[in-house]
Amino acid sequence: MLKIDNLHARVENEDILKGLNLTVNPGEVHAIMGPNGSGKSTLGHVLAGRPGYSVSAGSVQFLGEDLLAMDTEERAQLGLFLAFQYPVEIPGVSNMEFLKAAVDAVRERRGEEAIGSVDFLKLAREACKSVDLDQSFLKRGVNEGFSGGEKKRNELLQMMLLQPKLCIMDETDSGLDIDALQVVSRGINEMRDAGRAFILVTHYQRLLNFVEPDHVHVLAGGRIVRSGDKSLALELEERGYAWLEDAA
Amino acid sequence: MSDFMQQPIREAPELAPAWLRPLQQRGREAWQQTPFPTRKTEAWKYTSLQALQQRFVAADRDSASTDVSDIEFPQLGGPTLVFTDGHYSPALSSRELPDGLSVVRFAEADDAQAARIRELLGSAVAGSRHVFVPLNEATLADGVFLDIQPDARLEAPIQIVWLTSGADAALALSQRLLVNCGAHSEATLVETFASSDTGATAFTNGVSELLLGEGARLQHCRLHLEQDNAVHIGGVHIRQSANSQLYGFHLALGSDLKRIDLVVDHQGAGAHCELDGIYLPRGSETVDYHTCIEHSVPHCTSRERFRGIVGDEASAIFNGRIHIHPQAQKTRAELSNKNLLTSHKAEVNTKPELEIYADDVQCAHGATVAQLDPMTRHYLRTRGVPREEAEVMLSYGFINELVEDLPCAAVRDFVKPLLASRFARNPRLTRHLL
Ligand SMILES: Nc1ncnc2c1ncn2[C@@H]1O[C@H](COP(=O)(O)OP(=O)(O)OP(=O)(O)O)[C@@H](O)[C@H]1O
Ligand SMILES: [Mg+2]
Repeated sequence: MLKIDNLHARVENEDILKGLNLTVNPGEVHAIMGPNGSGKSTLGHVLAGRPGYSVSAGSVQFLGEDLLAMDTEERAQLGLFLAFQYPVEIPGVSNMEFLKAAVDAVRERRGEEAIGSVDFLKLAREACKSVDLDQSFLKRGVNEGFSGGEKKRNELLQMMLLQPKLCIMDETDSGLDIDALQVVSRGINEMRDAGRAFILVTHYQRLLNFVEPDHVHVLAGGRIVRSGDKSLALELEERGYAWLEDAA
Repeated sequence: MSDFMQQPIREAPELAPAWLRPLQQRGREAWQQTPFPTRKTEAWKYTSLQALQQRFVAADRDSASTDVSDIEFPQLGGPTLVFTDGHYSPALSSRELPDGLSVVRFAEADDAQAARIRELLGSAVAGSRHVFVPLNEATLADGVFLDIQPDARLEAPIQIVWLTSGADAALALSQRLLVNCGAHSEATLVETFASSDTGATAFTNGVSELLLGEGARLQHCRLHLEQDNAVHIGGVHIRQSANSQLYGFHLALGSDLKRIDLVVDHQGAGAHCELDGIYLPRGSETVDYHTCIEHSVPHCTSRERFRGIVGDEASAIFNGRIHIHPQAQKTRAELSNKNLLTSHKAEVNTKPELEIYADDVQCAHGATVAQLDPMTRHYLRTRGVPREEAEVMLSYGFINELVEDLPCAAVRDFVKPLLASRFARNPRLTRHLL
């Protein structure tokens, strides 16, 4: 599904990713952990094609295609989804019109027709229920004035509606109350299937208790410095990152 | 002093009812004594009047029956008066009036009505510094007087439509609206200016006076939908009595030159006004809004929000004056002007002009000029929305906040698709907006 090979990326003339390798197969859940500022969000942004993030070396294959050659929207239409660590507020654009524009773009790329308004409304309402957001959030501006937790739920809502193939979730579990953490975990688990993969960026073992990862990686200094199974997360919880950074 | 406008000034008296002649005479004298504004005149610093330097003529009566079926204006269902090139078009109008409303054209006023009009006309523009008001009066042939009875609650919006047909000759049109809202009355008023995009330049000088009695509530929309070749210099002058409430919605699509002055004079304590405005010049168009809130008495509030999207080589001017007089304690005034530039050659001049002579007041103001936020665009694209559509959604979103707050649903429903089509001709790009 995703093959990242020796990825080097920079932001504002600063090298952030320095030779990152990662392979994700369909059906897998990967957790990426690592100290603040190590480049986890940068990785997500580079994969999603954020302007200002330039790749200086390396390659990324997504579903057998050259991801880095694609526009941001093309990546999304092919099935790449990034749940932002800091979702963006867009006053004046209603959540509803935003969600429908997104769903239609993805459907049309697959050769399907735009979804009818009535069907979409039904779908959106159901999705609201599963992420435990009141329907009134559909009418509000995208993320406008949403609390931190509400923004995270809105990211999950978008993910559910778009049904992407690769879900990169950047600290979707941060800032959530205990119930919301359950909501998010349940949402992820419901979407897990053999054809879909997840990259969960997280600082906490907590999420991984609910969503069991197949692989856990530590990103430090712009590279993956250690990979293991779910026991690695437990070990990190106990020992912190210092022992790994020294090794790196 | 430019000699433009001499011809319509000469022609106008023949078309007007006799009782308007003294007003015309006064206007003519004032106009001829007024120095013609230049770029050195403070209120016209950024706005060129070059577009007026040509020969204009007054429209003749035949224009009332000119075919204007290609010009779009809102169909609101309520009483509607349509004027074509300044002349009343009965076939396009609907004068079924609800109780509590009387509508009189100046040209058809009987003696009593003429006396009432004369008594009120000019009372809201008196003392204003607007040099084009005398010109309006000098060339005035007709006008509309709306008289709303005290306590009347008028449900359906009243609409006055001024159409410019796109005749071959360059027309100079003076239009005048006088509205008297009786104490504690409630009404919605929509003024629409629209033009054909063919024909010669037309110069419209539209002056509206709105008088709000004690506790009156008025929703007022002024839609400038005129095309490129329509020059408009005009204004709305509002006088508010105690505890009256005004909501104003202003829209200006661009043209060669549009200059609108909005003046609100709070003359009674507890008056409140809200002015929202949107301007969208593109090409080489110019839109200039000058607003002025006169806080003359204590305990009044005003809130203004103007937003503009300026594209291509267009220019926009916004000047927001708030004048708080010494006795106007406990005034609360808010002013915000935000501009979105969609091209590097587009230009905005925005200026708050605060004159505050009372000490116990709250006055907040802010003005911004920016381009589309790349991060919001990126966010939309990460969800698969194509770049072009994302830009249309964001531009529309920038003004949509004001449109959504428009209380009159019929106007909102008219304005939304119109604005959407303004951002993209390709309906695929606007299909998710409505
Ligand atoms: N626009 C920028 N200009 C300069 N440096 C930047 C910019 N954006 C990010 N960086 C730097 O890149 C490094 C990696 O940031 P990134 O957001 O990827 O970290 P992270 O691993 O996600 O951290 P956290 O766990 O705190 O979310 C940081 O040192 C950050 O300061
Ligand atoms: Mg991060």
